[in-house]
Order: sequence, then structure tokens, then C-alpha cells
Amino acid sequence: MRVLMFGWEFPPHITGGLGTACFGLTKGLLKQGVEVLFVVPKAFGDESQEAVHIINASDVEVFFGNETLTKEITENLSYIEVGSNLIPYAGFDEYLELVKRQQTSLITETRPAYSRYFEFSGKYGHNLFEEVNNYAIVASRLAEVNSFDIIHAHDWLTYPAGIMAKHFSGKPLVVHMHATEFDRSGENVNGIVYDIEKRGMEEADRVITVSHLTRNIVIERYGINPDKVFTVHNAVEPVDRPGSGMYHKNVKEKVVTFLGRITFQKGPEYFVEAAYKILEKDPDVRFVMAGTGDLMNKMVHRIAQLGIATKFHFTGFLKGDDVDKMFALSDVYVMPSISEPFGISPLEAMRSSVPVVISKQSGVSEILNHAIKVDFWDIDAMADAIWGILHYDALSSMFRKEGKAEVEKLKWENAARKVFEVYQSIELNQSVI
Amino acid sequence: MRSICLNFQVHQPYRLRTYRFFDMGESHYYYDDFLNRTIIRRIADKSYIPANKLFLDLIKKYDPSFRISFSLSGLAIEQMERYCPDAMDSFVKLSKTNAVEFLAETYSHSLASLRDKEEFISQVEKHARTIERIFGKRPVTFRNSELIYSDLIGETVSEMGYQTMLTEGAKHVLGWKSPNFLYCNAINPKLKLLLKNFQLSDDIAFRFARKDWAEWPLTTEKFGRWLNALDDKQEVVNIFIDYPALGERQGPETGIFEFIKALPATVLKHTSFDFRTPSEVSEQLQPISAVHVPFPISWADEERDVTAWLGNELQKEAVAKLYDLAPLVRQCQDASIQRDWGYLQASDHFYYMSTKWFSDGEVHKFFNPYSSPYEAFINYMNVLSDFIIRVENQAGQSLHPPIKTVVPEIKAPLPKKVVKRVKKTELNAKTGVKTPVKAVSVKKKGK
Repeated sequence: MRVLMFGWEFPPHITGGLGTACFGLTKGLLKQGVEVLFVVPKAFGDESQEAVHIINASDVEVFFGNETLTKEITENLSYIEVGSNLIPYAGFDEYLELVKRQQTSLITETRPAYSRYFEFSGKYGHNLFEEVNNYAIVASRLAEVNSFDIIHAHDWLTYPAGIMAKHFSGKPLVVHMHATEFDRSGENVNGIVYDIEKRGMEEADRVITVSHLTRNIVIERYGINPDKVFTVHNAVEPVDRPGSGMYHKNVKEKVVTFLGRITFQKGPEYFVEAAYKILEKDPDVRFVMAGTGDLMNKMVHRIAQLGIATKFHFTGFLKGDDVDKMFALSDVYVMPSISEPFGISPLEAMRSSVPVVISKQSGVSEILNHAIKVDFWDIDAMADAIWGILHYDALSSMFRKEGKAEVEKLKWENAARKVFEVYQSIELNQSVI
Repeated sequence: MRSICLNFQVHQPYRLRTYRFFDMGESHYYYDDFLNRTIIRRIADKSYIPANKLFLDLIKKYDPSFRISFSLSGLAIEQMERYCPDAMDSFVKLSKTNAVEFLAETYSHSLASLRDKEEFISQVEKHARTIERIFGKRPVTFRNSELIYSDLIGETVSEMGYQTMLTEGAKHVLGWKSPNFLYCNAINPKLKLLLKNFQLSDDIAFRFARKDWAEWPLTTEKFGRWLNALDDKQEVVNIFIDYPALGERQGPETGIFEFIKALPATVLKHTSFDFRTPSEVSEQLQPISAVHVPFPISWADEERDVTAWLGNELQKEAVAKLYDLAPLVRQCQDASIQRDWGYLQASDHFYYMSTKWFSDGEVHKFFNPYSSPYEAFINYMNVLSDFIIRVENQAGQSLHPPIKTVVPEIKAPLPKKVVKRVKKTELNAKTGVKTPVKAVSVKKKGK
């Protein structure tokens, strides 16, 4: 089986969990005997090609003057040609950098007349919709020149591409919901993004969601037929980074960590309030908020107001080794997300033998036994869970052991097998028709 | 004449309320009254009361061939007296027939037999006095919480003067032997043992209502045929059941009450069995051999061991911390400390911490107020932490008024572990005083 897969990023050039998930999934699919042609807007040349054949959308020559293409473009893509500052995954620092860069380099046509190349940044900048649009045009060409059995598109950015590819090839389309617009923006959804998501799922033969939580949103908020929506939980790659055990704690106090974007969706304020409750009883604890985001200044302000600034620390955005180091220093990892379609970071914490407290409003809570689950708004329960792990040694030692064992059983191989089954279910249905 | 020995376990714990760490030192009330009242009321209405009424009728009808026995834990008796005296009355009514035997057990339905002999003996004594107060007769047969038994526990029970004890006919203990005989303790043969026939017991208690069971529906005729199929030499069939299995876990719609109602008639008419109490069976029969049980057994799960309560680190830690406290609690006079000490020992608290239900075990979820064993552990440890502070203060005060100078003196005779913990919690108690965080950290800097 051959799959034409549309993604927006691929390791090592990633800004969020999407690229990591795509990588793990394609590796797992290879073990099922599935060959993946993975399309990214911009390939840097150093992507891992062990499991996939990477196609760089920037290298694809698109021929215009083709009537079908013109028709498809007017029908499917006109509505997304709107500028926006929407940045679903970029951190704050990165955003500044992006804006700077995009002011200097705009999309350039390298060859006029009847054929052209598109240049993509592959990021989440303010011309995102334009890139999404162009990516879809490129997809039409890719669908014509490649042979494959199934199209698989990850998240809304690639749905227009998936739809175009489906129309040009007649092959079935699978769209993969890693997050919905409701997770990203709460109730203030971006209408354009919502429409693209809805359109993509309607056009798709199958929809894959990363949790039952997301599946419910897809069914209830987007009105998608439940029969074609399947949940495949994410997994996590086994850790093989050398030296992750060499970090040592530099403070004598216990450390409680929040690691993620400091945005509404991640519920940072609940972490702050829980920290205050614990510090009231036990001053020998330190809290760390690692990450950046639009709520960061508000959090700093709140901490000053509560008078806990000497016990509550901000690290800014952490990458690679620093993340490992942070986990090595942590005694508890907390993910108080208000809405988390999946949430891979608790798995990474558990993999590093850190006990986790996660919100029940996360997809990952559906598959974990060895984690404490609380409602994100229940600050008392959250504080109590953290306290318990910090003060009852039997609990933390059991979590370290059982949690690690549990995470190691979550394999991309198994997730890929389920995705493969979804592919097969399309073929079966079609043969009946 | 061969006998069927029916025994029903009646127990309900005082479930804990959600007790947060910031409640420590602020509130010393640990129980979820509403939940406890609701649950015991429901079970009384669905099981205890209708089943007792049924048994009362059967006893009158088939006297003297129909006898039964009960094990009521002290905590169940307390809660019935408090929340549903009508249920308690129905047990008293049964006792007046003289066809019902009430057995001794640990007052708190605790694991004391596995951890603290002195505590075990004192709880059994407390329970025996309670049974005597209510039913006018001192119990002569012993049934440990959840049928927990080992050679050593049996020896202690025998020392306390009990002639008969009930336990599980665990396969790994019996091997090729049948549970349908009277056995005796391996250390002291004077203690006779009645072993549960888990096949027939669980047919009634667990499988009766299961439509996917090959033998469903179970009729008294079928049950009678099974009894007749037993070897002629087998003398006693011990059917031990958790009482809520009649009416609550298996509702009236399953036909369980009709089955029980028809059972004596079928058995007495078509088989060579009658119904006897444990002490009657123990008197009638001669033990055929000793059973060797070096490691504790129980009636729980497939394993029939004690891992349902002491299987994982959490459970071992909680139980260890609890029983570390025993010597100090014995020095406390305070009634509320004695009461909480008993309530906190109920085996159910540790059952809720079991991680076995991650793989299977619907039974473990039954009446479990927690959604995970971790929650159960944290909540219990919060309560226990507060209780430890109280006990230490009390023990200190009651013996020697100023705590700080006195604690070292208590330390000497205690095992090392306890001494360590005394220090730690004292420190917590100090910082536990409700002072704003800012002030605390400033004070620390000053030091």
C-alpha cells in the first residue's frame, strides 16, 4: 500500500507535537508494509528519510492553463485567500522572528507564464492562508504525477491539499485531527479555519481523531457522521538520548513543573493557584513554569501579587536537551490543560520517570492508568495530588516505576496498526460498492 | 446426615470524605456521612431487610432443619444502629429464633491479624462484647475479615478460646483435598476449620445472575443434583457469601430471593443434606486432617491471597504507617482517637488502593468511592497524617505534659522507624500552622 501524506512539518524542523506525531506514525506504518510519500511545504534536506520519502512542495513545478485546475481552484480555494495573524503552534519568540523574516522575504514567483514554483516558509506566519492555498495547488500536481492508494492529511493546514489531491486522483482521503479549532481558541473560533476543518472532514472518506474527546467534538461541533470517525491515540518514541541521566538537581527543594505554551488552552493560571495553596502549607517546594505564550505576563503579575515569586520560576521556551534537563530536575509534572486533544508531554515526563498530574480534559487521560487525573478547574484536587506525590514516598516511587512501564507499552507501531486498519476499512467498503 | 453450612458476611466501612492536605490540623472529621448513610440505607432496603425477612420465614417453616449464621462487623452494626435501626432490629429478631449463630470477627473488619497481634486480640474482644450486648450470647466461632487465615492466625484465634474458625477452601492450599470435610489448625489441632466451597458459593454469590454462564439459569433442582453428585463421604458443604449478593449485587429481578426461598425445601426433600450452623457442624464432625497454611489466604480474587489489600507499594506503605502507630495509640485515652483508630483500620481503605482492577476486577470497583487507587491512597494518607499528629500530641500530653521535652523519652522503647517519623511530623506540625507563605519564608530567612 502506498500513501500520499500531507504534513506541515517533519523532524527535526518542528514547533509542536504535530511533526513528532507524523514521524512516529510513518515509522510505524513502514512496519505494516505501508510506503509513505510525505509532503512538506518546505524541506530542509536533513529530514529523517528512514521511514518515508520526503517530497518538498517548494520543488514542485505546477502547470497552469489546465482547465480542471482553474476550476478546482475557484471552487475550493477562493475562500481561503485571506491574510491572518493566526499562529496555532508558534511560540512568542518565534513569532517575532517570523514576522521579521516575512517582512523581508515574500513569496516570489520564480518562473512566470504557464508554469511556476511556489516557495514556502513551512511555518505558521501571517501569510499562512496563502501558503495553505498554494500548498493545495501543489498537491493537485503531486496527485497527478505520483501513484498511490490513499491520501492522508494531517490537520487543517493540509486539508485543502488533501481535497485537491482527492479530486485530481480519485483516491480516498483520510484526514487526521490532531487538534480542533475549539481546542486552539476556546469558543472564539476562527471561522475560516473552522470551515476548512469541516470541509476537510466532510470530503474525507475517514476521519482519524487523536482521542475520544476530539472524536466527540468532531461529531458534535462539526456534525460529522460518527460512522467514519475513528480514534487512534498517539504514542511516544522510546527515549534513546544519551546522557539524559547525567543531570542533577541543583536545589534541595522538590520541584513541580509546568511545561508548555503559556496560553489559555493550557490552563497555566490553575497551576499558579495550586502552587499558592501548597506553598501556604509547605514553603520547601519550588514551582517552574517552562514555556512562553500570551498569558506569560499575566502569570508573572499574579505570582507577584500572591507573594510567591521566590518560589515560582519562569524559564522561557525550552528545547531539546533543556527539556530533558527540566524533567530530570522535576519531582512532579503538571498538565492542567483546559482542552487538550491529546497531550504528548505527560508521556515524555513519564518516560523520564516523572510522576504526572493531568487534567481529565485531555485526550491522553483516556489511555493512562498510572497518572493522577483531576478536573482542570479543581485547584484543590490538583494541589492535593501534587502534595501527595511530594510527601508520600510510596506514591512517587510507584509512579516512577509503573508510569515508565506504562508509557513504554504505548508504541507507534500499535497506533500505526490502527491507522492501517482504517485504511483497510475504506478498501473493504469500496469493494462492496 | 450431611450438612450445608450457610454464612453471610455483613460489613460496611466508614468511607472517608475528600480530605485535602490543607485540612490537616484544621479539621479532624474524616468521614463522608452522606455517602455512608446513603449506601447502608440502600443495602439495608435492598438486601439486609428483605433477606432477613425471608430467612425468618424459612427458619419458622423448616425448624429445626434450617439454620444459618452471620458475621456482622462492628462498623456495620454501628452504622445500622445509627442510620437504619430497622435493619438492626431484623437481625435481632432472627437471633431470637435460636436458629442463627452470630460469629466473632475483628470489630473494624481490619487487617490487624496480619500486622499486630495485640491489636487483633483487642479488636476481637471488642467485637465479642458487642455481639454479646446485642444478641445476648458470646460468640464461639470465629471468622476473620474476608476469611483471612494462616496457621499463625489460627493459633492466635485458638488461644483466644474459639473452637471453630471459617476460612477459604483455597485450591493452592488444599490441592487434591476436598473442602467438604472438617479440618483443623496445623499448630493447634483443637481449632477446627470450616473451608468455603468456593465453587458452589460463587455459583450463588457471583454467577447466579450471569446470563453468559453455561449453567444459567440456576434452579434449586439443579443445585440439589450437584449436591447429590458429591461423594457420599463428604460431610459438609460450606457456603459463605457476602450478604449484599442477595438483593443488592444481584437484584430481586434476577430471582435470587425465589432461589433462596425454594432452596430448603428442595435440599431437605431431595438430598441427604440439612442446614447447620458452624458450631453445630464443628461439634458433630471429627476433623479428618490438619491444613497447612504458612502464607495467609483469603477469599479475594482468583489468587485467594491477601494481595487485594497488600499487593502494591501504596497498600504496604499505608498499612505499615498505620500499624507503626499502634503502640502510641494504646497510650491514648481520647475516645475520638480510639474511634478513628478503629475506623481507619477497615480493610476496605486498602482495597480501594488496589491496582489489580487495572487489568480486571469489577468486584474491586464495587462501592469504591475513588476513581483511581492513587486518589484513594492520597486521601487516606492525608487523613492518616492528621491522625498521626493528633496521636502524637495526645500520647505526649497524656503521659508527660510538655511535648517537646517528652517526645525523646517515648522514643527509646519504640522501634527505629517510629522514632524517625515522630521527628518528621513534628516538623510538619510546626510549619502546618496556618501562616501566610510570605511570613513563613521571611521567618526562615531570619533564622
